[in-house]
Amino acid sequence: MSKTITIDGKQVPFQEGQTIMEAATAAQVYIPHLCHNPDYEPHGSCKLCTVKVNGRICTACTFPAAEGQDVINNSEELAADRKRITQMLFVEGNHFCPSCEKTGNCQLQGVAYHLNMLDNHYPHFFADREIDASHPDLLIDHNRCIFCSLCVRASQQSDGKNVFAISGRGINKRLIINSSSGKLKDSDIDVNDCAAHICPTGAILHKRTGYTVPIGQRTYDHKQIDEVSLAAEANKHD
Amino acid sequence: MKQFIQKVIENNDFKSVRLLAILREIQAKYLYISTEAIDITASLLNIERTQIISVVDFYSFFHRQARGQYDLLISDSITDHMLGKQSLMDYLSLQLNVAVGAVREDGLVSLDNTSCTGMCDQGPAGLINGYALTHLSKTRIDEIVDLINQQSPVNDWPKRFFQVTDNIHKADLLLTTEIAQGEAIKATLKRGLSQTLEEVKTSDLRGRGGAGFNTSMKWLFCSQEKELERYLICNADEGEPGTFKDRVILNTYAHQVIEGMTVCSMIIGAKQGFIYLRAEYLHLYDQLLHALEQRRKLALLGNNILQSGFDFDIEVCLGAGAYICGEESALIESLEGKRGIPRNRPPYPVTQGYLNKPTVVDNVETFLASAQIAVSGGKQFSAIGTEKSTGTKVLSISGDCQRPGIYEYPFGTTIKEILFDCAAEDVLGVQIGGPSGNFICNQEFDRLLAFEDLATGGSFIVFNNSRNILAIAQNFTHFFAHESCGFCTPCRVGTSLLKKQLDKIIDGHGSSGDVVALDELCQLVKNYSHCGLGQTAANPILTTLQRYPELYQKQLKDISFEPGFNLDSSLETARRMAERNDANAHIVQVEE
Repeated sequence: MSKTITIDGKQVPFQEGQTIMEAATAAQVYIPHLCHNPDYEPHGSCKLCTVKVNGRICTACTFPAAEGQDVINNSEELAADRKRITQMLFVEGNHFCPSCEKTGNCQLQGVAYHLNMLDNHYPHFFADREIDASHPDLLIDHNRCIFCSLCVRASQQSDGKNVFAISGRGINKRLIINSSSGKLKDSDIDVNDCAAHICPTGAILHKRTGYTVPIGQRTYDHKQIDEVSLAAEANKHD
Repeated sequence: MKQFIQKVIENNDFKSVRLLAILREIQAKYLYISTEAIDITASLLNIERTQIISVVDFYSFFHRQARGQYDLLISDSITDHMLGKQSLMDYLSLQLNVAVGAVREDGLVSLDNTSCTGMCDQGPAGLINGYALTHLSKTRIDEIVDLINQQSPVNDWPKRFFQVTDNIHKADLLLTTEIAQGEAIKATLKRGLSQTLEEVKTSDLRGRGGAGFNTSMKWLFCSQEKELERYLICNADEGEPGTFKDRVILNTYAHQVIEGMTVCSMIIGAKQGFIYLRAEYLHLYDQLLHALEQRRKLALLGNNILQSGFDFDIEVCLGAGAYICGEESALIESLEGKRGIPRNRPPYPVTQGYLNKPTVVDNVETFLASAQIAVSGGKQFSAIGTEKSTGTKVLSISGDCQRPGIYEYPFGTTIKEILFDCAAEDVLGVQIGGPSGNFICNQEFDRLLAFEDLATGGSFIVFNNSRNILAIAQNFTHFFAHESCGFCTPCRVGTSLLKKQLDKIIDGHGSSGDVVALDELCQLVKNYSHCGLGQTAANPILTTLQRYPELYQKQLKDISFEPGFNLDSSLETARRMAERNDANAHIVQVEE
């Protein structure tokens, strides 16, 4: 008999050591997330995957599943608050979807669609952020960075490098590059690195590949992010 | 530079966990931490330069641009403001000819604000090159300005500038019981470890940092871990504005605290302990080292303590200006030479703390109480206080009262009694537990000092009827936005949004929906933040909004909508560029 938790009334089996997110994904239950990626150690910072476990607010990507947990993932309250958290990410950076190359493939945008976000709600910060176009093949637009730290983790855990790090405090948080000049061109990054492909938003882009897929034919132009996310996981195990 | 850094790193045994200590020395010597210094340090410690950059950028007392040879910081605590901080700051800025936040052109002096320095009973206070200045006044500022312009070394400045007094006005169990050096250790050895832990259990002692976790339980969990390499940490990162009792305890009762730590080390099986001392208490550093050295000579610390076979030693580690490091897992990260980012839990520090080994983190006052309990047993302690909050609590009282300072009370004491003792008159309200705690109004003074009613880590700020509640909430809200570590979205963005939204209302740009929006934002930050900082960051607004909704409403304009900015002043740049200032170049945004 495998152990189970309940998510929105549905019995979900789990193995010892799994997080709520892992158990949910394996059972084809989508919990919105941005900083989480099943291939890397969970981070727990974006807080989009917040669920209620026996009435207590928990981060699904880091919280261990345990027998007897009654998890609420779909509720009006959670959906409304997750939308607000997404809106916070939008106003913190400078996200102009219509002029962003990532539009249609952007997970931040995908989550916003999924949560039916129709405006930014909060006042914009209009943060002064830079673009690093120094690298011959890659470009970093810091305006779009949401500090998910996936590039940091991918570089460490998959590429065996340390190209990225998070610096600064509070609202002055920023992504930094490990090179003498602080520019990407002087770092160890290779265009084929996992870290170069992991960005959920349009912060890390590949040069000379823009618009090869026209807007309108991109992932989230047609499919909801929950469907895409769960299908990606299901394919891995096939 | 290379030679200097090499020497500093050698003295720190090439340990990257001592990164903060290393950076403190580099900062002190060169007034900033340059790219060159970062690269040298990275290569000598064999860590990534990005780890160093991120640490430098995280802590308020590290800089990547040079500060002045005299770096003057003035405490921005509400209590300093109440003592006239703002006009002193303006005066200082004028006399020194340097803007707040800037370095004077000749590089001699820099001036800035800093979060509460823990001198609330002897403010307005500040720091000069890290050392505490108390009782600032115009006269004293004149003297300081002269000394700076004469380039007199800080060591030669009059001692009275740096005088920090205890101001103990009321002592109870902990502050009156004198424990001879070694007495608690001897009592523990005589009674036995499990029996002593049993006494701590009987005492029902709860953590004095404010959260109130059962101390004996924490120690028991740690002692039961399979991993035998264990640590213990004394949390002396007393950063909650309005709290200064640990400063006094460490100044006058350090031996008892160390004794409590030693008893704990024997019970949990730790060989190494740390005192994580907030950088603002640099003036206590040398005397703590001295106390430790004295105890080593008496065989109360080090190898084979009192021939018992127990080994335990303590290292004092200084912070570098980050309120969040008072959170235990952020403190542990900081001790490991990293940014102070609270960890995901579980695992808890008792199972995976310092270097991922089982670790007990307790407040200074908790260790002080532990020593007392080890000597006198748990019953005496649990007989004091209430059923759920045993023993006494040391309070730091400041603000509008005639006798600010340290007061120790049995739990269960009414606020009324405390206000009487410190001679507070015409009281509007009291902030209990600092900005992260509660604001209570003058209808609530029958409430009790207790975990089950008004819990506090020790901060107790009195406000009289001349004070502006919104200005208080604003000071606290700005504090949290400044101190948020930035890890999670709700706190990082939310605390800055709270600041914007509250400023908007206070500046008179709010309209009917804005208080509702403020309340909604408060709930979001409170419910979804990763750690205690974010979860309590909205308290200053929530507790005052609950008690004084009319004060917030009064700020609102009587229109259905008001933009969050002033259109006319926003057009100033455009007017300047167009060289226009006629009536048509000014636009009223809302018809009044």
